[in-house]
Amino acid sequence: MDSALIPEGAKRCSFPKFAIGVAIVSAVVLWGVFAMFLCWFKGLNQTNMNDYYGFALWIWADLAVIAVGGGAFFTGLLRYIFKIDELKNIINFAVIIGFICYSSALLILAIDIGQPLRGWFIFWHANVHSMLTEVAFCLSAYFAVLTIEFIPNILENRQANKVPFFHHLAHNMHGVMAVFAATGAFLSFFHQGSLGGVAGVLYGRPFAVREGLLIWPWTFFLFTWSAAAFGPCFTLLVTKITETVTGKKLVKDNVVHLLAKISGWMIVTYIIAKIIDTIYWAMVTAPSLGFSLSHFYTSNGFYGYWILITEIVLCGVVPGVLLVMKSTRENPTLRLIAIILGVIGVCLNRWVMVLQIMAVPVMSFDTWALYFPSWQEIATTVLPVAYGIILISVAYRYLPVFPQEHELNYSVEVEPVTEPE
Amino acid sequence: MFPFSFEWVWDIGHAIFFGGFWYAISILGAGMTFVVLKAAYDTMNDS
Repeated sequence: MDSALIPEGAKRCSFPKFAIGVAIVSAVVLWGVFAMFLCWFKGLNQTNMNDYYGFALWIWADLAVIAVGGGAFFTGLLRYIFKIDELKNIINFAVIIGFICYSSALLILAIDIGQPLRGWFIFWHANVHSMLTEVAFCLSAYFAVLTIEFIPNILENRQANKVPFFHHLAHNMHGVMAVFAATGAFLSFFHQGSLGGVAGVLYGRPFAVREGLLIWPWTFFLFTWSAAAFGPCFTLLVTKITETVTGKKLVKDNVVHLLAKISGWMIVTYIIAKIIDTIYWAMVTAPSLGFSLSHFYTSNGFYGYWILITEIVLCGVVPGVLLVMKSTRENPTLRLIAIILGVIGVCLNRWVMVLQIMAVPVMSFDTWALYFPSWQEIATTVLPVAYGIILISVAYRYLPVFPQEHELNYSVEVEPVTEPE
Repeated sequence: MFPFSFEWVWDIGHAIFFGGFWYAISILGAGMTFVVLKAAYDTMNDS
Protein backbone atom coordinates (compact mmCIF):
# COMPACT_ATOMS: atom_id res chain seq x y z
CA MET A 1 0.00 0.00 0.00
CA ASP A 2 2.76 2.42 0.98
CA SER A 3 5.61 0.49 -0.63
CA ALA A 4 6.50 3.44 -2.89
CA LEU A 5 7.53 5.41 0.20
CA ILE A 6 9.67 2.72 1.83
CA PRO A 7 13.44 3.03 1.21
CA GLU A 8 14.57 1.05 -1.81
CA GLY A 9 15.57 -2.51 -0.98
CA ALA A 10 14.42 -2.26 2.64
CA LYS A 11 11.95 -4.75 4.05
CA ARG A 12 9.21 -3.51 6.38
CA CYS A 13 6.16 -5.11 7.99
CA SER A 14 2.81 -4.92 6.19
CA PHE A 15 0.96 -1.61 6.33
CA PRO A 16 -2.04 -2.96 8.34
CA LYS A 17 0.33 -4.36 10.98
CA PHE A 18 2.16 -1.02 11.14
CA ALA A 19 -1.11 0.93 11.31
CA ILE A 20 -2.42 -1.23 14.16
CA GLY A 21 0.79 -0.71 16.14
CA VAL A 22 0.65 3.06 15.63
CA ALA A 23 -3.07 3.10 16.54
CA ILE A 24 -2.38 1.33 19.85
CA VAL A 25 0.33 3.83 20.81
CA SER A 26 -1.88 6.68 19.58
CA ALA A 27 -4.39 5.76 22.29
CA VAL A 28 -1.73 6.64 24.87
CA VAL A 29 -1.05 9.88 23.02
CA LEU A 30 -4.76 10.75 23.17
CA TRP A 31 -4.79 10.06 26.92
CA GLY A 32 -1.88 12.48 27.33
CA VAL A 33 -3.47 15.08 25.06
CA PHE A 34 -6.70 14.87 27.09
CA ALA A 35 -4.74 15.51 30.30
CA MET A 36 -2.87 18.32 28.57
CA PHE A 37 -6.10 20.07 27.60
CA LEU A 38 -7.42 19.61 31.13
CA CYS A 39 -4.36 21.46 32.41
CA TRP A 40 -4.78 24.21 29.85
CA PHE A 41 -8.52 24.72 30.23
CA LYS A 42 -8.96 24.06 33.96
CA GLY A 43 -5.56 25.25 35.13
CA LEU A 44 -2.67 23.88 37.17
CA ASN A 45 -5.06 22.82 39.94
CA GLN A 46 -5.17 19.60 37.90
CA THR A 47 -1.70 18.84 39.23
CA ASN A 48 -0.46 18.01 42.71
CA MET A 49 2.04 20.85 42.62
CA ASN A 50 1.91 23.09 45.66
CA ASP A 51 3.94 25.74 47.47
CA TYR A 52 6.68 23.16 48.12
CA TYR A 53 6.66 21.68 44.64
CA GLY A 54 6.64 24.49 42.14
CA PHE A 55 9.00 22.29 40.13
CA ALA A 56 7.37 18.88 39.98
CA LEU A 57 7.26 15.75 37.83
CA TRP A 58 7.18 17.74 34.59
CA ILE A 59 10.38 19.58 35.32
CA TRP A 60 12.09 16.31 36.20
CA ALA A 61 10.82 14.82 32.92
CA ASP A 62 11.93 17.96 31.12
CA LEU A 63 15.45 17.82 32.53
CA ALA A 64 15.66 14.06 32.01
CA VAL A 65 14.69 14.15 28.32
CA ILE A 66 17.05 17.05 27.73
CA ALA A 67 19.88 15.10 29.39
CA VAL A 68 19.30 11.89 27.45
CA GLY A 69 18.72 13.93 24.30
CA GLY A 70 22.26 15.23 24.74
CA GLY A 71 23.39 12.30 22.62
CA ALA A 72 22.39 14.31 19.56
CA PHE A 73 24.63 17.30 20.18
CA PHE A 74 27.55 15.22 21.43
CA THR A 75 27.39 12.71 18.58
CA GLY A 76 27.01 15.62 16.13
CA LEU A 77 30.05 17.30 17.66
CA LEU A 78 32.09 14.10 17.33
CA ARG A 79 30.90 13.43 13.79
CA TYR A 80 31.08 16.89 12.22
CA ILE A 81 33.68 18.78 14.27
CA PHE A 82 36.03 16.00 15.41
CA LYS A 83 35.47 14.16 12.11
CA ILE A 84 34.91 10.70 13.59
CA ASP A 85 33.65 9.17 10.39
CA GLU A 86 32.24 5.89 11.76
CA LEU A 87 29.55 7.85 13.59
CA LYS A 88 27.89 8.77 10.28
CA ASN A 89 26.16 5.39 10.63
CA ILE A 90 24.31 6.39 13.79
CA ILE A 91 24.10 10.19 13.55
CA ASN A 92 20.71 10.18 11.75
CA PHE A 93 19.16 8.18 14.55
CA ALA A 94 20.86 10.30 17.23
CA VAL A 95 19.34 13.40 15.60
CA ILE A 96 15.86 11.84 15.50
CA ILE A 97 16.14 10.90 19.19
CA GLY A 98 17.33 14.41 19.99
CA PHE A 99 14.48 15.90 17.98
CA ILE A 100 11.97 13.80 19.92
CA CYS A 101 13.56 14.68 23.27
CA TYR A 102 13.69 18.42 22.64
CA SER A 103 10.23 18.68 21.09
CA SER A 104 8.98 16.76 24.13
CA ALA A 105 10.80 19.16 26.45
CA LEU A 106 9.18 22.14 24.73
CA LEU A 107 5.77 20.46 24.89
CA ILE A 108 6.19 19.79 28.60
CA LEU A 109 7.15 23.43 29.16
CA ALA A 110 4.10 24.55 27.18
CA ILE A 111 1.94 22.55 29.59
CA ASP A 112 3.90 23.58 32.66
CA ILE A 113 3.56 27.31 32.10
CA GLY A 114 -0.21 26.85 32.19
CA GLN A 115 -0.73 29.71 29.73
CA PRO A 116 0.98 28.61 26.49
CA LEU A 117 -0.43 31.62 24.68
CA ARG A 118 2.01 33.68 26.72
CA GLY A 119 4.99 31.44 25.99
CA TRP A 120 6.55 34.12 23.82
CA PHE A 121 6.79 36.47 26.84
CA ILE A 122 10.07 34.81 27.82
CA PHE A 123 11.59 36.14 24.62
CA TRP A 124 9.80 39.46 24.38
CA HIS A 125 9.98 40.41 28.06
CA ALA A 126 13.21 38.54 28.82
CA ASN A 127 14.58 38.62 32.35
CA VAL A 128 18.27 38.80 31.54
CA HIS A 129 19.22 37.92 35.14
CA SER A 130 17.61 34.46 34.94
CA MET A 131 19.38 31.26 33.96
CA LEU A 132 15.99 29.93 32.86
CA THR A 133 15.82 32.69 30.23
CA GLU A 134 19.11 31.43 28.84
CA VAL A 135 17.66 27.90 28.90
CA ALA A 136 14.57 29.04 26.99
CA PHE A 137 16.67 30.85 24.37
CA CYS A 138 19.12 28.01 23.86
CA LEU A 139 16.45 25.29 24.02
CA SER A 140 14.35 26.94 21.31
CA ALA A 141 17.34 27.72 19.12
CA TYR A 142 18.78 24.22 19.56
CA PHE A 143 15.42 22.71 18.62
CA ALA A 144 15.72 24.73 15.40
CA VAL A 145 19.17 23.18 14.90
CA LEU A 146 17.79 19.67 15.41
CA THR A 147 15.00 20.39 12.95
CA ILE A 148 17.59 21.55 10.41
CA GLU A 149 19.65 18.41 11.04
CA PHE A 150 16.54 16.23 10.63
CA ILE A 151 15.37 17.84 7.35
CA PRO A 152 17.98 16.21 5.04
CA ASN A 153 16.98 12.77 6.31
CA ILE A 154 13.32 13.53 5.54
CA LEU A 155 14.23 14.84 2.08
CA GLU A 156 16.09 11.58 1.39
CA ASN A 157 12.78 9.75 1.44
CA ARG A 158 12.46 7.74 -1.76
CA GLN A 159 9.72 9.93 -3.25
CA ALA A 160 10.85 13.30 -1.89
CA ASN A 161 14.35 12.72 -3.24
CA LYS A 162 12.96 12.46 -6.77
CA VAL A 163 12.14 16.18 -6.63
CA PRO A 164 15.33 17.86 -7.91
CA PHE A 165 15.11 20.83 -5.55
CA PHE A 166 14.71 18.59 -2.49
CA HIS A 167 17.56 16.39 -3.70
CA HIS A 168 19.90 19.39 -4.00
CA LEU A 169 18.67 20.88 -0.74
CA ALA A 170 19.46 17.68 1.19
CA HIS A 171 22.86 17.47 -0.49
CA ASN A 172 23.72 21.10 0.27
CA MET A 173 22.53 20.83 3.86
CA HIS A 174 24.89 17.91 4.39
CA GLY A 175 27.66 20.13 3.04
CA VAL A 176 27.26 22.82 5.67
CA MET A 177 26.09 20.57 8.52
CA ALA A 178 29.31 21.19 10.47
CA VAL A 179 28.26 24.83 10.94
CA PHE A 180 24.88 23.79 12.30
CA ALA A 181 26.47 21.09 14.50
CA ALA A 182 28.93 23.61 15.96
CA THR A 183 26.08 26.03 16.68
CA GLY A 184 24.16 23.16 18.28
CA ALA A 185 27.10 22.27 20.51
CA PHE A 186 27.42 25.93 21.59
CA LEU A 187 23.71 26.16 22.41
CA SER A 188 23.65 22.78 24.16
CA PHE A 189 26.62 23.64 26.34
CA PHE A 190 24.79 26.65 27.69
CA HIS A 191 21.29 25.28 28.13
CA GLN A 192 22.41 21.97 29.64
CA GLY A 193 24.69 23.93 31.93
CA SER A 194 22.13 26.52 32.91
CA LEU A 195 19.64 23.83 33.89
CA GLY A 196 22.24 22.67 36.40
CA GLY A 197 23.11 26.24 37.24
CA VAL A 198 19.52 26.89 38.31
CA ALA A 199 19.90 24.31 41.09
CA GLY A 200 23.38 25.48 42.03
CA VAL A 201 22.33 29.09 42.68
CA LEU A 202 19.38 28.23 44.93
CA TYR A 203 20.92 29.85 48.01
CA GLY A 204 17.83 29.08 50.06
CA ARG A 205 18.21 25.35 49.35
CA PRO A 206 21.38 24.00 51.00
CA PHE A 207 20.85 20.61 49.36
CA ALA A 208 21.41 22.18 45.94
CA VAL A 209 23.62 25.21 46.33
CA ARG A 210 27.24 24.93 45.20
CA GLU A 211 30.32 27.09 44.87
CA GLY A 212 31.60 27.57 41.37
CA LEU A 213 33.58 29.49 38.81
CA LEU A 214 32.67 33.17 38.30
CA ILE A 215 28.86 33.24 37.94
CA TRP A 216 28.57 29.50 37.20
CA PRO A 217 28.12 27.00 40.06
CA TRP A 218 29.79 23.60 39.63
CA THR A 219 26.40 22.07 38.81
CA PHE A 220 26.49 24.08 35.56
CA PHE A 221 29.49 22.09 34.32
CA LEU A 222 28.32 18.78 35.83
CA PHE A 223 25.01 18.94 33.96
CA THR A 224 26.64 19.60 30.60
CA TRP A 225 29.21 16.91 31.24
CA SER A 226 26.62 14.34 32.33
CA ALA A 227 24.44 15.03 29.28
CA ALA A 228 27.41 14.49 26.97
CA ALA A 229 28.37 11.34 28.90
CA PHE A 230 24.99 9.65 29.26
CA GLY A 231 23.26 10.98 26.13
CA PRO A 232 25.10 8.50 23.86
CA CYS A 233 24.01 5.71 26.26
CA PHE A 234 20.40 6.61 25.51
CA THR A 235 21.11 6.67 21.76
CA LEU A 236 22.61 3.18 22.05
CA LEU A 237 19.72 1.97 24.20
CA VAL A 238 17.05 3.17 21.76
CA THR A 239 19.06 1.68 18.88
CA LYS A 240 19.11 -1.65 20.72
CA ILE A 241 15.36 -1.47 21.37
CA THR A 242 14.72 -0.67 17.70
CA GLU A 243 16.90 -3.60 16.63
CA THR A 244 15.01 -5.91 18.98
CA VAL A 245 11.57 -4.74 17.80
CA THR A 246 12.45 -4.91 14.11
CA GLY A 247 14.45 -8.13 14.45
CA LYS A 248 17.28 -6.61 12.41
CA LYS A 249 20.84 -5.54 12.99
CA LEU A 250 20.89 -1.84 12.14
CA VAL A 251 24.31 -0.58 13.21
CA LYS A 252 27.63 -2.40 12.98
CA ASP A 253 29.34 -3.47 16.18
CA ASN A 254 32.41 -1.30 15.61
CA VAL A 255 30.22 1.83 15.61
CA VAL A 256 28.41 0.74 18.77
CA HIS A 257 31.71 -0.13 20.47
CA LEU A 258 33.21 3.24 19.55
CA LEU A 259 30.26 5.26 20.86
CA ALA A 260 30.12 3.10 23.99
CA LYS A 261 33.84 3.63 24.57
CA ILE A 262 33.57 7.43 24.22
CA SER A 263 30.53 7.43 26.48
CA GLY A 264 32.39 5.26 29.02
CA TRP A 265 35.33 7.65 29.27
CA MET A 266 32.99 10.61 29.55
CA ILE A 267 31.09 8.83 32.34
CA VAL A 268 34.29 7.98 34.24
CA THR A 269 35.60 11.55 34.09
CA TYR A 270 32.16 12.93 34.96
CA ILE A 271 31.68 10.62 37.92
CA ILE A 272 35.11 11.51 39.35
CA ALA A 273 34.12 15.19 39.17
CA LYS A 274 30.71 14.37 40.66
CA ILE A 275 32.28 12.47 43.57
CA ILE A 276 34.66 15.34 44.31
CA ASP A 277 31.75 17.81 44.11
CA THR A 278 29.63 15.68 46.46
CA ILE A 279 32.42 15.24 49.01
CA TYR A 280 33.20 18.97 49.01
CA TRP A 281 29.52 19.83 49.35
CA ALA A 282 29.05 17.31 52.19
CA MET A 283 32.25 18.29 54.06
CA VAL A 284 32.41 22.04 53.45
CA THR A 285 29.39 23.68 51.76
CA ALA A 286 26.54 22.10 53.72
CA PRO A 287 28.26 22.37 57.16
CA SER A 288 29.07 26.03 56.47
CA LEU A 289 25.30 26.58 56.07
CA GLY A 290 24.54 24.73 59.33
CA PHE A 291 23.59 21.34 57.88
CA SER A 292 25.12 17.89 58.18
CA LEU A 293 24.96 15.25 55.45
CA SER A 294 22.58 13.06 57.46
CA HIS A 295 20.02 15.87 57.45
CA PHE A 296 19.42 15.29 53.73
CA TYR A 297 19.10 11.51 53.85
CA THR A 298 17.36 10.56 57.12
CA SER A 299 14.09 11.14 58.99
CA ASN A 300 11.85 10.49 56.01
CA GLY A 301 10.20 7.53 54.33
CA PHE A 302 11.79 7.74 50.91
CA TYR A 303 15.02 9.70 50.49
CA GLY A 304 17.76 7.65 52.17
CA TYR A 305 21.45 7.17 51.50
CA TRP A 306 20.37 4.54 48.97
CA ILE A 307 19.55 7.23 46.42
CA LEU A 308 23.01 8.79 46.72
CA ILE A 309 24.76 5.41 46.41
CA THR A 310 22.52 4.29 43.54
CA GLU A 311 23.12 7.47 41.57
CA ILE A 312 26.87 7.68 42.04
CA VAL A 313 28.05 4.10 42.43
CA LEU A 314 25.52 1.74 40.83
CA CYS A 315 24.46 4.05 37.99
CA GLY A 316 27.68 6.03 37.64
CA VAL A 317 30.84 4.16 38.56
CA VAL A 318 29.57 0.76 37.41
CA PRO A 319 28.47 1.75 33.87
CA GLY A 320 31.59 3.87 33.48
CA VAL A 321 33.90 0.96 34.33
CA LEU A 322 31.89 -1.52 32.23
CA LEU A 323 32.06 0.73 29.16
CA VAL A 324 35.72 1.66 29.54
CA MET A 325 37.01 -1.92 29.75
CA LYS A 326 37.19 -3.54 26.31
CA SER A 327 36.17 -7.02 27.49
CA THR A 328 32.97 -5.84 29.16
CA ARG A 329 32.20 -3.20 26.52
CA GLU A 330 32.25 -5.76 23.75
CA ASN A 331 30.07 -8.19 25.70
CA PRO A 332 26.51 -7.40 24.45
CA THR A 333 24.79 -8.26 27.75
CA LEU A 334 27.18 -6.29 29.97
CA ARG A 335 27.12 -3.37 27.53
CA LEU A 336 23.33 -3.34 27.61
CA ILE A 337 23.36 -3.42 31.42
CA ALA A 338 25.85 -0.54 31.46
CA ILE A 339 23.84 1.68 29.11
CA ILE A 340 20.59 0.97 30.99
CA LEU A 341 22.28 1.82 34.30
CA GLY A 342 23.73 4.96 32.73
CA VAL A 343 20.34 6.17 31.51
CA ILE A 344 18.78 5.45 34.91
CA GLY A 345 21.70 7.24 36.57
CA VAL A 346 21.32 10.52 34.70
CA CYS A 347 17.52 10.45 35.16
CA LEU A 348 18.04 9.81 38.88
CA ASN A 349 20.48 12.72 39.06
CA ARG A 350 17.87 15.03 37.55
CA TRP A 351 15.24 13.64 39.96
CA VAL A 352 17.46 14.41 42.93
CA MET A 353 18.29 17.89 41.61
CA VAL A 354 14.63 18.74 41.02
CA LEU A 355 12.48 16.83 43.51
CA GLN A 356 14.69 15.95 46.46
CA ILE A 357 15.68 19.62 46.64
CA MET A 358 12.03 20.49 47.20
CA ALA A 359 11.48 17.71 49.73
CA VAL A 360 14.33 18.52 52.14
CA PRO A 361 13.28 20.65 55.14
CA VAL A 362 15.17 23.92 55.31
CA MET A 363 13.71 25.91 58.22
CA SER A 364 13.73 24.53 61.74
CA PHE A 365 9.92 24.22 61.74
CA ASP A 366 9.82 22.46 58.34
CA THR A 367 9.22 18.76 57.80
CA TRP A 368 10.00 16.55 54.82
CA ALA A 369 7.48 17.20 52.08
CA LEU A 370 6.89 14.17 49.92
CA TYR A 371 4.91 14.50 46.75
CA PHE A 372 3.06 12.20 44.37
CA PRO A 373 1.99 13.49 40.96
CA SER A 374 -1.64 13.54 39.82
CA TRP A 375 -2.76 11.30 36.96
CA GLN A 376 -2.81 14.35 34.68
CA GLU A 377 0.88 14.91 35.37
CA ILE A 378 1.66 11.24 34.76
CA ALA A 379 -0.37 11.19 31.53
CA THR A 380 1.35 14.28 30.17
CA THR A 381 4.73 12.81 31.12
CA VAL A 382 3.95 9.53 29.34
CA LEU A 383 2.70 11.48 26.30
CA PRO A 384 6.20 12.28 24.95
CA VAL A 385 7.22 8.62 25.26
CA ALA A 386 4.27 7.51 23.11
CA TYR A 387 4.91 10.35 20.65
CA GLY A 388 8.55 9.29 20.45
CA ILE A 389 7.60 5.69 19.66
CA ILE A 390 5.33 6.84 16.83
CA LEU A 391 7.91 9.21 15.36
CA ILE A 392 10.66 6.57 15.46
CA SER A 393 8.31 4.02 13.87
CA VAL A 394 7.37 6.38 11.04
CA ALA A 395 10.98 7.51 10.50
CA TYR A 396 12.28 3.94 10.46
CA ARG A 397 9.60 2.87 8.01
CA TYR A 398 9.90 5.69 5.50
CA LEU A 399 13.34 7.22 5.85
CA PRO A 400 16.85 5.88 5.23
CA VAL A 401 17.82 6.26 8.89
CA PHE A 402 20.40 3.48 9.12
CA PRO A 403 22.94 3.50 6.26
CA GLN A 404 24.23 0.03 7.21
CA GLU A 405 20.83 -1.68 7.33
CA HIS A 406 21.00 -3.11 3.84
CA GLU A 407 24.54 -4.43 4.18
CA LEU A 408 23.81 -6.05 7.55
CA ASN A 409 20.50 -7.68 6.71
CA TYR A 410 19.97 -8.36 3.05
CA SER A 411 22.25 -10.68 1.19
CA VAL A 412 23.49 -9.32 -2.13
CA GLU A 413 21.79 -11.03 -5.01
CA VAL A 414 24.49 -11.95 -7.50
CA GLU A 415 23.60 -12.36 -11.14
CA PRO A 416 24.35 -15.90 -12.28
CA VAL A 417 27.49 -15.94 -14.33
CA THR A 418 27.18 -17.71 -17.64
CA GLU A 419 30.20 -19.43 -19.05
CA PRO A 420 31.36 -18.02 -22.40
CA GLU A 421 30.86 -20.50 -25.17
CA MET B 1 13.85 41.39 22.71
CA PHE B 2 14.59 44.24 20.30
CA PRO B 3 16.29 47.56 21.00
CA PHE B 4 13.04 49.32 20.04
CA SER B 5 11.09 47.49 22.81
CA PHE B 6 10.19 49.90 25.62
CA GLU B 7 11.87 47.72 28.27
CA TRP B 8 15.19 47.35 26.40
CA VAL B 9 18.22 48.60 28.31
CA TRP B 10 21.71 48.94 26.86
CA ASP B 11 23.49 47.00 29.61
CA ILE B 12 25.83 44.03 29.82
CA GLY B 13 23.00 41.58 30.60
CA HIS B 14 21.05 42.42 27.47
CA ALA B 15 24.24 42.52 25.41
CA ILE B 16 25.32 39.02 26.47
CA PHE B 17 21.90 37.34 26.42
CA PHE B 18 20.58 38.83 23.23
CA GLY B 19 23.99 39.05 21.61
CA GLY B 20 24.38 35.25 21.97
CA PHE B 21 20.79 34.61 20.96
CA TRP B 22 20.85 36.73 17.82
CA TYR B 23 24.31 35.44 16.94
CA ALA B 24 23.04 31.84 16.96
CA ILE B 25 19.83 32.73 15.11
CA SER B 26 21.83 34.67 12.50
CA ILE B 27 24.10 31.69 11.82
CA LEU B 28 21.10 29.38 11.42
CA GLY B 29 19.27 31.89 9.23
CA ALA B 30 22.28 32.61 7.05
CA GLY B 31 23.09 28.89 6.72
CA MET B 32 19.56 27.99 5.69
CA THR B 33 19.31 30.92 3.28
CA PHE B 34 22.57 29.84 1.65
CA VAL B 35 21.53 26.18 1.20
CA VAL B 36 18.07 27.07 -0.11
CA LEU B 37 19.48 29.54 -2.65
CA LYS B 38 22.21 27.11 -3.70
CA ALA B 39 19.66 24.31 -4.09
CA ALA B 40 17.53 26.58 -6.28
CA TYR B 41 20.60 27.50 -8.36
CA ASP B 42 21.64 23.83 -8.71
CA THR B 43 18.11 22.87 -9.73
CA MET B 44 17.99 25.55 -12.41
CA ASN B 45 21.38 24.43 -13.71
CA ASP B 46 20.09 20.85 -14.01
CA SER B 47 17.37 21.81 -16.46
